Amino acid sequence: MDIGRFHRLFKIGPRMSFRPAVPILIVCLALLPPVLGNYWSHVLAHVGIYVILGIGLNITVGFAGLLDLGYVAFFAIGAYSYGLMASPQFDLHAPFWLMLPVGAACAAAAGVLLGIPVLRMRGDYIAIVTLGFGQIVRILLNNLDGLTRGPKGLLRIDPPSIGAFQFSSPVHYYYLILAGCLAAALVADRLNHSRVGRAWVAMREDQDAAAMMGVDVIRYKLLAFAIGASFAGVGGVIFAARQGSIFPDDFSLMVSINVLCLIIIGGIGSIRGVVLGAVILIGIPEVLRGLAAYRMLVFGGLLVLMMVFRPMGLIPATRGKPLMRKRW
Amino acid sequence: MVNPASSPILQVHNVSHSFGGLSALARLDMSLGHGVIAGLIGPNGAGKTTLFNLVTGVYRPTRGSIRFLGREIVGKSPHRITAMGISRTFQNIRLFNAMTALENVIVGRHCRLKAGVWGAVTRNRRTLNEEAEADEKARAILSLVGLEQRESNLAGNLPYGEQRRLEIARALASDPKLLLLDEPTAGMNPQETKALMQFIRDIRNRLDLTVLLIEHDMRVVMGISDQVTVLDHGRKISEGAPEAVRKDPGVIEAYLGKRIGSGGAHPLREQAR
Repeated sequence: MDIGRFHRLFKIGPRMSFRPAVPILIVCLALLPPVLGNYWSHVLAHVGIYVILGIGLNITVGFAGLLDLGYVAFFAIGAYSYGLMASPQFDLHAPFWLMLPVGAACAAAAGVLLGIPVLRMRGDYIAIVTLGFGQIVRILLNNLDGLTRGPKGLLRIDPPSIGAFQFSSPVHYYYLILAGCLAAALVADRLNHSRVGRAWVAMREDQDAAAMMGVDVIRYKLLAFAIGASFAGVGGVIFAARQGSIFPDDFSLMVSINVLCLIIIGGIGSIRGVVLGAVILIGIPEVLRGLAAYRMLVFGGLLVLMMVFRPMGLIPATRGKPLMRKRW
Repeated sequence: MVNPASSPILQVHNVSHSFGGLSALARLDMSLGHGVIAGLIGPNGAGKTTLFNLVTGVYRPTRGSIRFLGREIVGKSPHRITAMGISRTFQNIRLFNAMTALENVIVGRHCRLKAGVWGAVTRNRRTLNEEAEADEKARAILSLVGLEQRESNLAGNLPYGEQRRLEIARALASDPKLLLLDEPTAGMNPQETKALMQFIRDIRNRLDLTVLLIEHDMRVVMGISDQVTVLDHGRKISEGAPEAVRKDPGVIEAYLGKRIGSGGAHPLREQAR
C-alpha cells in the first residue's frame, strides 16, 4: 500500500504523521483486565474517567487558554442528567446510550451559559467566575431536594446494557471507559489539528491578533467552553452509571483541582500528557496505599520534584521542531 | 502610476477618536486609490496606529465613517473586516509564538476556510481537501517571503527579521485587498530595509494590493510611496506626493519645531534634507 492511500485510510491530514505506538498501546490496554483482576480494573477505570475529564478540560484550558476552575460542574450536570433520567427518583429509565449524548449536550449548554458572562474577561478573572460557577452547581444539587434529593443523593441508577447484556463487573466498565477515553482522545486530537484547534491556540497566544487575523473570538471561546464541557458530561454519565449512586459531595472543588493538576503535570495542551498525568495523579495514590499514612506525603513530594525538573509537564505539547536542540 | 482618485478602496471621512477625554484623532479625512502604496508618517503619538486600529475594527471611532470598497465598516468586528479584505501587521511583533511558521500563516487564512467542529472531527473529504489546499497556499506564501525552510519551526524561535517577514506572510494569507503595515522596517539595517521595500513594491504588483504603511524612516517613505499623509497630534497636516510633502513648511515644523529667532537655520534641519 502506498503511503498516500495509507494516510487517506487513517484520515491523516497534512502536517500529521502516523504513530505506531498508539495502536500498540491500545491493544495492550484491551488485553489487560484478565491479567489485572477486578480490583485493578476498577482503579484503572477510575483513572480512565479522569482521562476523559482531563482531555475535555485540556480543550478549554490547554488549547483555548481559558482557565476554568468550575469544570466539575459539567461533570455533575452529566452525572445528574443520567441519574435523574434513569433511576427510581422519577421512575424514568432512559437508556444509557441515549443519555450519553443528552448528558453531553446538557453539559455543553451549561458551558455556553458559563461562557457568556466571561466573554469579556481575561486570565485570572475567568478563573474566579468559573470557580464560583462550580460551587453554585454543587450547592444547587445539595439544596434542590425535590429534584435531586439533596445530600441523600440519587440511588439505584440503572447500569448500561447492550440488548440482554448488562454491565455489572468492573471489567465491563473498564472496557466502556477505555472506549470513552479513546473516543475522547481521537476527537480532541482531530480538533487540535484542524481549523478549530488552530483558532483556539491562536486565541490563547494573542487574542487580539487572532481577531485581526479573522478568528471570531466570541464564537471560539463559547465553542471551547461547550466542547470542553461536553467531555465532562460524557464522563459524568459514565460515572453515574458505574457508581450506581451519586451525591453532591462527589462533585466538590477537589475534582476540578485534580483535573487541572493532572493536565499541568502531564503537560498542558498535550493529549498524551493528560493520559500520563491521570495515571500518575489518580493512579499513584492507589499504588502507594501500602505506605498508608505516608502516601499523601510521598505523593506530594513526587509532585514537587516533578515540577522542579519538568516544569512544562512530563510530555510537553509540541507543534513544531525546535530551531535548535536545547542542550541540557 | 495609478490615479488615486479613480477608484478609492478606502475612504476615511471626518473620523475622530478619543480615549477618555484625550483626543487621538480629529476630523480625519483620507482616501486611498486602488493599487497605491501610501505612507503614513508623523511624530510619536500622532495617531497613526490609532488609525490602523480604527480601520481594522479594534476601536470604534467616536465619530465619522470609514468605507472600504464602498461599504461602511465602522461597527463591524475585526474578523468581519479581515474577511472583507483588510489585513495588517503589528508595530511590536504579535505572532502566535507556540505555533509553527506554517500554522501561523494558515491561521491567517482562517476566514477563507470553512471547516467547523463536525468537519474537524469526521475529517470528511471536504475538510481534508480544504486542509491540503490551505497547506499548499501557506507554503507558497512562506516561500514568497523566503521562509520556506522555516515552516516547521515555532514562530517564537525565529530570529527577529524572520518574524517580521512571517507577520507579513500571515497577513497575506487572507488574500487581502488592503494591507496595513505598521512600521515594517523597525529594527532593520539599511540593506534589509531596502530589500523589504522592494518586496512590498513587488507584492503590490503581483497580488494587486493597496498598501498603507506607517514608517519612521523618512527616506523609506519618500522612496516607496505614491502618496504620503502626515499626522500630528491627531490632525492631518499635509497630504500629497512625497516631493510636495517633503517641502511643506508645516511638516518641517511638526518634525523639527518652529524656527528659532528670525533667519537662523535650525541645527537639525540640515539632516532632514
